[in-house]
Amino acid sequence: MADLIMKDVAKAYGEVKVLSNINLDIKQGELIVFVGPSGCGKSTLLRMVAGLESITSGTLSIDGRVVNEVPPAQRGIAMVFQSYALYPHMTVRDNMAFALKIARKSQDEINAAVENAARILQLTPYLDRLPKALSGGQRQRVAIGRAIVRDPKVYLFDEPLSNLDAALRVATRIEIAQLKENMPDSTMIYVTHDQVEAMTLASRIVVLAGGGISQVGTPLDLYERPENEFVAQFIGSPAMNLLPGEIVETGPETVVRLSVGGLVRTAVPTRDSDKGLKVNVGARPEDMVPTEADEHLFEGTVGITEALGEVTLLYFDKKGEAAQVIAKLPGIHAGLRHKTLRLAADPKKIHLFSNGRSLLYR
Amino acid sequence: MLGLGGRKSPLVWVMHLSVLLLVVLWTLPTAGLFITSLRTADQISVSGWWTALSSAERNAITRTPDGSAETQVGDRYVIAGNVLKNGGEVVAFGRSSLKPTQFKPGEVADLGDGITLSVKADGSYELSGPTKLEGGQRIFYTARTPPAFTLGNYAHVLSANGMLRAFMNSLTVAVPATVIPILIAAYAAFALAWMPFPGRSLLIAIIVGLLVVPLQMSLIPILTLYNDIGKATAVDAHGVIGTLMHYSGLGQMSDDGTQIGLNPKSYLGVWLAHTGFGLPLAIFLLRNYMVGLPREIIESARVDGATDFQIFTRIVLPLSFPALASFAIFQFLWTWNDLLVATVFLSHQQDSLVMTGKLKDLLGSHGGDWEILAASAFISISVPLLVFFALQKYLVRGLLAGSVK
Repeated sequence: MADLIMKDVAKAYGEVKVLSNINLDIKQGELIVFVGPSGCGKSTLLRMVAGLESITSGTLSIDGRVVNEVPPAQRGIAMVFQSYALYPHMTVRDNMAFALKIARKSQDEINAAVENAARILQLTPYLDRLPKALSGGQRQRVAIGRAIVRDPKVYLFDEPLSNLDAALRVATRIEIAQLKENMPDSTMIYVTHDQVEAMTLASRIVVLAGGGISQVGTPLDLYERPENEFVAQFIGSPAMNLLPGEIVETGPETVVRLSVGGLVRTAVPTRDSDKGLKVNVGARPEDMVPTEADEHLFEGTVGITEALGEVTLLYFDKKGEAAQVIAKLPGIHAGLRHKTLRLAADPKKIHLFSNGRSLLYR
Repeated sequence: MLGLGGRKSPLVWVMHLSVLLLVVLWTLPTAGLFITSLRTADQISVSGWWTALSSAERNAITRTPDGSAETQVGDRYVIAGNVLKNGGEVVAFGRSSLKPTQFKPGEVADLGDGITLSVKADGSYELSGPTKLEGGQRIFYTARTPPAFTLGNYAHVLSANGMLRAFMNSLTVAVPATVIPILIAAYAAFALAWMPFPGRSLLIAIIVGLLVVPLQMSLIPILTLYNDIGKATAVDAHGVIGTLMHYSGLGQMSDDGTQIGLNPKSYLGVWLAHTGFGLPLAIFLLRNYMVGLPREIIESARVDGATDFQIFTRIVLPLSFPALASFAIFQFLWTWNDLLVATVFLSHQQDSLVMTGKLKDLLGSHGGDWEILAASAFISISVPLLVFFALQKYLVRGLLAGSVK
């Protein structure tokens, strides 16, 4: 239960740089989610925190103590692995007690800790079972219980839900959220590639991409004010539409003429010198609304529609070089296929990116 | 196909039949050996083991005693006796080698000069004549013996002089020669699988390479080495080491009774030899098994604070039981059945003659008796079988079930 500070942390395997320039300041009680596409190094970063991977350069400190060279067990961390990693030859009780036995705690202490963790996770009836007699969700809870009994300063979760089926994943996700609620002082780092997990669990999300941190912020921060095109497209599903254009009017509100036709007004402020700047206009599919007005963001023919009941996804036919535009309309819309539709969006929800960076941050 | 196999594909039947055929093929020799071991030498020499359950017919000749054995019954002189010594029944008899089955049992054969011969089914015969008989008459008969089995061969092999001792000697060789390599190999395999150090893969490659070294090639160099060690320690005669070795039974008093050296032909030597020959395979097998254990389990233990040694004893070793048991079975079989290594590294004295050596001697002195061979084979199989069934419960699959998805 402490602060965790990474300073210029980097990881390289020989010549291959995997991560570099990681600066992160995690406060006590936060639930930080590392999210990113596969291969971005998020698990590596977590394993570096755990001490299972060495830190090539930079410093990692937990609770004010530099722990670069400290073995995992003495860092005050506990880790929950993606594959549970239960000890198959031990009962649930022994699995949870293992770390305490290694640490030579007294039997009373061990029993108390195990019973407590089992009670929190509702595992008490299963304490004397072997892992193979448990369901996937129960196994994952045992893995979490193993972390709880150690009473660590920092909990590390490495994609803990990705082995569960969809329904169980939602249930376990809520359990983890409740667990966090019950232990407000404990710090947690959670790795996932699932943005729903990231959005629902995190107090702050760290988006990792290309060997570095893309953006750090609260879930809604990332959603509403993405710092760059990568974060903008990574958070939210379907991904944000990006349309190339040119700034024609600057000021507290900016007007952009799109290369595929259309003119859009956005609440992003620009300087006079920005006039003529080539930008990408970002609009989330769910922010696009059909319009009859002349001032529109996009006009195109609906190619494929996906009716999900709750929403309808419209995939517009591609126009030239631009990426496919997707719109998400609430409710059911039948018969839109092959129709030409004009879309507009609230100026407050339009993003502008130049060279991949948002114009909000400069 | 519906009537016979339901909805099963004909291939399933082909497979079942093939399996059955293979099972029969594999077990037939063993069954034959077992049946042979329960038959007498005579039965073995007359017919194959597959006839053991049917009655055996054999033709034989016997000769009546000479005239001195005759008795006088009424006005006839009679020689009586029984052609059968081991039971059974006579199905035919005859008076000459040309027609050995001329008469049925109970019939009376006329041998001329009023002399008659009759043989009853139970084997009793009566040769009678009006005058004094010369005796020595040949009787040709066909005897049918019912199937008979005997444990005599086993009794013979087991009661052979020094067999119990040889049995114990074999155990003395095989048990440590199984345990020692496993102890060493488990550590080595863990290190090679889970502890990174420079040159690890090279070391693994070398060990795999050692698998191809033929045992026979290294026998002489090793024996030479042992002898040299024996000599070297003999020089150190009056030192503490020599005395210790003497009292621990490793040493050997030399001829003049003052020098004490390491006996090159001792159990320690054969244990070390078997250990050396078994280690490459043991390390290879165990390492490959251990490297297949889920990495997360070991990392999890590391995060839980376990040292490498604790990970080895608490996690890896219990999870490697199947591999340990399979290797133990292999190694025990080899060392138990081994004759070559024992012959080279153990003296041929009673106190260190192993069972294979003893059985070889037994055969040698009896000129390759089948019944001895068969019975001793089964006695010698019994121990490895026992070991197999004792360890078989560890050869379970799914030991890792529940640890990782």
